[in-house]
Amino acid sequence: MNPPSDAAPRLSRRDALKWITAAAASSLAFSPEPRAAAPAARGYGTDPDLQRAYSPGDVWPLTFSPAERATAAALCGLMLPPDAEGPGAEALLVHDFVDEWISAPYPGHDADRKIITEGLAWLDAEARRRWGGEFVRGTPAQRTALAEDLCDLASAKPEHRAGARFFQRFRDLAAGGYFTTPEGMKDLGYTGNYAMEAFTGPPPEVLRRLGLA
Amino acid sequence: MPVVTPSQTQPEYDVIVVGSGAAGGQTAYTCALEGAKVLMLEAGRDYDPARETPMFQVNSQAPLRGASTPDKPFGFHDATIDGGWQVPGEPYTSASDDPARQFWWWRARMMGGRTNHWGRISLRNGPYDFKPRTRDGLGFDWPLAYADVAPYYDKVEMLIGVYGDNNGLENTPDSPAGCLQPPPILRAGEQYARAKGKALGLPVIPIHRAVLTKRQDPDVLPAKIHPGNPRAQRLLADSMRQRAACFWATPCSIRANYQSTTVHLPPALASGNLDIVANAMAREVTVDAAGKATGVLFIDRTTGQEQRVKGRVVVLAASSAESVRILLNSRSPRFPQGLANSSGLVGKYIMDTVGAGMAGQIPALENLPRHNEDGAGGNHAYVPWWLYKEQLAGKLGFARGYHIEFGSGRQMPALHTVAGLEAFTRGSFGRKFKEDARRFYGSFIGFAGRGEMIPNEDSYCDLDPVVRDQWGIPVLRFHWKWSDHEIRQAAHMQRTFADWISALGGKVRGTPAMDGAKAIEPGGKIIHEVGGTIMGADARRSVTNQWCQTWDVRNLFVTDGGPFCSNADKNPTLTIMALAWRASDYLLAELRRGNL
Repeated sequence: MNPPSDAAPRLSRRDALKWITAAAASSLAFSPEPRAAAPAARGYGTDPDLQRAYSPGDVWPLTFSPAERATAAALCGLMLPPDAEGPGAEALLVHDFVDEWISAPYPGHDADRKIITEGLAWLDAEARRRWGGEFVRGTPAQRTALAEDLCDLASAKPEHRAGARFFQRFRDLAAGGYFTTPEGMKDLGYTGNYAMEAFTGPPPEVLRRLGLA
Repeated sequence: MPVVTPSQTQPEYDVIVVGSGAAGGQTAYTCALEGAKVLMLEAGRDYDPARETPMFQVNSQAPLRGASTPDKPFGFHDATIDGGWQVPGEPYTSASDDPARQFWWWRARMMGGRTNHWGRISLRNGPYDFKPRTRDGLGFDWPLAYADVAPYYDKVEMLIGVYGDNNGLENTPDSPAGCLQPPPILRAGEQYARAKGKALGLPVIPIHRAVLTKRQDPDVLPAKIHPGNPRAQRLLADSMRQRAACFWATPCSIRANYQSTTVHLPPALASGNLDIVANAMAREVTVDAAGKATGVLFIDRTTGQEQRVKGRVVVLAASSAESVRILLNSRSPRFPQGLANSSGLVGKYIMDTVGAGMAGQIPALENLPRHNEDGAGGNHAYVPWWLYKEQLAGKLGFARGYHIEFGSGRQMPALHTVAGLEAFTRGSFGRKFKEDARRFYGSFIGFAGRGEMIPNEDSYCDLDPVVRDQWGIPVLRFHWKWSDHEIRQAAHMQRTFADWISALGGKVRGTPAMDGAKAIEPGGKIIHEVGGTIMGADARRSVTNQWCQTWDVRNLFVTDGGPFCSNADKNPTLTIMALAWRASDYLLAELRRGNL
């Protein structure tokens, strides 16, 4: 539907704004390794072609280095692996969406750019400390053990908190990137977006589960 | 007659309408179908929803997965183009640096204006809503009553197509038989919220929205809408035959949704009585030596050149604040304070809707069997204001009511759908995270309060003494302040939402503000901007009469939300259209009588 306006009957406006605000408000204290800002790029403007299908990199250039892209891909694979319901984030190149996001010329994205690029560097540094090579060179068990230390910001040890903040932001981006693809939507259990003659409401088993039947 | 260039316009029109949204669309529709020659000016570009609305699109096809950006504030696939709270080259200013005293002004520079993206919630004002001062001594009474507007609500509902139901609730008017379209069945979360809300006394009923749930009957409705006008009946019947019913999926290019461009403009253009100039940025209303309006001076945005068009009547329908701006910029020796401003009230008493919100996670909705909850796009249910008696008895600490819009369900996933789940998942990743995402998807309900604001002396707009837009036109400067009524109302909303989430067995998501001053959205954020050219019974204390006709210039009308002298919790668009239709009927009659 057209977005909630008015407006916003579904709160997506609020959610969208929150998303931006959260992105803008996040700031992390990683080791301050200065890094060039994303190259000056332009957004899609106020009147883009809405009928067209876009891929990351179509409107503004992607900016991950090959090493960053490889680490991001591995992290996508670890966070959202293939299973019986869907193919997983790495196979769907969700890391390229993360790259698109942090390379975007819009307010708030520079903050995420800092979080993500510095976080990827932190991850490789931690991996080198633990197993003497980059994150991608770890065994699945080694990577999982590292992720266990980072996955829950609320319970992360002080020395892992910076990494945990990065992990949290990356997981939100990767999950959003994955579950918005056709394969990811199916994985999540979204079954709409096709034309129907009539809307018949919740099936009887749903109403029974809710005690409404 | 069609969309034309400035050089193709006629030497003179009966009516010039500035704006193409709900107000301009309705005004032009009524005038053109009744035989008047109409010119419409739209500041933005022409826009064809049938051709330009993406259908069956998914977020992964959009840049940033469709997330909001300053270029597209409601997300990439939102129909609004060249619009937002900021429009490049067209600034507005705020008199205060305090965020609580700033107004956010939404504009959509495109054919159809804000009707292209709005939520389509179409609620009638009730009898109390036109006489609020009589009821509680605050604000202003309207110089008309519900009974004066009701026949126009009927016609607008039949014309645009509004789904909904009649529930016989206080100050929540029923519609006569045949006006409303069938309401869609409530989604699982909406039904669950209805059941659990009963204990709190919350009446969950079908919401009214301008979406066709079935095809309109072209053999019945046109005769009811245009009695005695067979040509209008035929044109409308043809247009209705072109509109399909909702097919229960995401966006709509089949004219099931009401937009000015799907409902008002096609038959008005087919009448041969309407010309439209797009990219026409109205600057001022021109007047003759006798003080009568003669036409409109506008900037052709494609060339930057000034253009003039002539009309026997000028109707401003540019959005309430933009119409104020045009009036204040129409200064002349005869009208040094701007046009129609002998009362000094042009720009005064601007209002928005009180907004506050909260989300909850509802365990009962976790892991429900997969099913399609797209529905009619927006909400199927809402809660009308339910505490009239308590309020009248002075028990609430604020004077006016609010309704609750709430959204639940397994909507098409967006970037934020599975974000921020740590509070529920303890930071799971890998296969467990995917299981958690599936478990929690569809288990959230978001509540939004939409409440009445009382007009006050501190909320108004005037011309910025310095700043001009890219065309050199002086811009608006906003002054804003919520009163304690609105702030207490926002706090009441938050308590209600928290109670309802508890009654649903859920948990409030995050840590929303419970303090009304923190919970209330900034003015203008809800995009229900009205007032600024308020109507009244006294020329000294209002800008227009009950016919939206300015007291000072009898052939000048304002048919957008500007004449609203109160802003009930009911979303204003339906009332804007009803009043625009009523004003147009009066205008046409006066034109025929030679009084304009």
